[in-house]
Amino acid sequence: MIHCVLHDPRDSVAVVVVEGVVAGTTLTGLVLDEDRTLTLDCVQDIPLGHKVALKDMAVGDTVFKYGVDIGKVVAPIRRGQHAHVHNIKTKRW
Amino acid sequence: MIDSFQGYRRENGRVGVRNHVIILPVDDLSNAACEAVAHNIKGTLALPHPYGRLQFGADLDLHFRTLIGTGANPNVAAVVVIGIEEQWTRRVVDGIRATGKPVAGFGIELHGDHDTIMRASKAAKEYVQWASELQRVDCALAELWVSTKCGESDTTSGCGANPTVGDAFDKLYAAGCTLVFGETTELTGGEQLVAARCRDERVRADFMRVFDRYQQVIDRHKTSDLSDSQPTKGNIAGGLTTIEEKALGNIQKIGRKCVVDGVLDKAEMPTGPGLWFMDSSSAAAEMVTLCAAAGFVVHFFPTGQGNVIGNPILPVIKICANPRTVRTMSEHVDVDTSGLLQREITMGQAGDKLLDMMFRTVNGRLTAAETLGHREFVLTRLYESA
Repeated sequence: MIHCVLHDPRDSVAVVVVEGVVAGTTLTGLVLDEDRTLTLDCVQDIPLGHKVALKDMAVGDTVFKYGVDIGKVVAPIRRGQHAHVHNIKTKRW
Repeated sequence: MIDSFQGYRRENGRVGVRNHVIILPVDDLSNAACEAVAHNIKGTLALPHPYGRLQFGADLDLHFRTLIGTGANPNVAAVVVIGIEEQWTRRVVDGIRATGKPVAGFGIELHGDHDTIMRASKAAKEYVQWASELQRVDCALAELWVSTKCGESDTTSGCGANPTVGDAFDKLYAAGCTLVFGETTELTGGEQLVAARCRDERVRADFMRVFDRYQQVIDRHKTSDLSDSQPTKGNIAGGLTTIEEKALGNIQKIGRKCVVDGVLDKAEMPTGPGLWFMDSSSAAAEMVTLCAAAGFVVHFFPTGQGNVIGNPILPVIKICANPRTVRTMSEHVDVDTSGLLQREITMGQAGDKLLDMMFRTVNGRLTAAETLGHREFVLTRLYESA
């Protein structure tokens, strides 16, 4: 089963695409642009459609998805954690 | 790919995929009479809306352009127009009449609702019976005009439903179809990627001008930032975090090969085949209404969390890759591409699945939104009335 997908190998987050992902799950991730998989230990419960961090990130770091800047880190994020509005914010507006 | 479909060829040569007789109010005051006519005459469709009084300038121009464009759309066989008075009614009638299709207008003043409804019903009855004998004919795929706009997007839109539309758009572009996308605010964070896809410097300058114009509207009206509206609460619940992330998902709809050939104002008709960008709201019903008014005859609507929108005259095909939405809102989904996220189908197969549903739809199959009675007709306003 594919648990999460990422678009570009440079991405720092992946999207959880199944329900029921809980802390302790070993996730299989699909790299869409390369059609290969990777594995990742999830350390928090993450709902379907939400993102899991693929690496540790510090405040001020740029978050990449689609290989492109999607915002900045506003609270530290560890690999395997839930990455969303509580720790990432837009650089616009 | 299949290169033809069965459509209705209209008097001006354009091709429609539906055969509606619409009862079109010029203004809010005429909704009741229009709905009464639609009740009297089976097979007609009233398009009530809340506007059309004391608008002026560019906002009034857009109002007329939207109403005339809706009546002129080739999915419409004939039109009955009703307004509170005759002059603006005649303006709408004359605009639609330029297509050559049957159209009649009625002003309520000096007659009242009863007499207007009676006269308009007699005209509507003639139109419905005439339209019911029109036959579908063979039409070339290149004659098809296809629009797209996504809604209630989530992260699965960017991975699954939107790139499915992108794959289909790449194939339709190569086939010579006329295509449109829009949603000016929802390109924020990805505008440079769209600019890079523009055909030439002139188109790029046009695109950046409308994009920058709307950024200025935001700056003028925002209280803090747009984070409460873009992404929407539904987007955030679905996992989208920032406008940049939403925009990058959104842009997947224009595929990887299409070139942006030109920029359109709201409800403006394209002048040739290719991919057009329409300066437009990202609100689903507003954008789809503008696409219908610009002459598009079938719409691709990818959704993640499950937007239920339809349009009175434009068949809206829903595409979804979120397995939970496909399970919990199946009656709204025309094309399920959730298999993409489990590597069960390829992107090319997903695009072909959408195109197969597109051909079935333009040949006559009713969409989920049509069968569920979703007829959202929402006019875009530019500023307050006088």
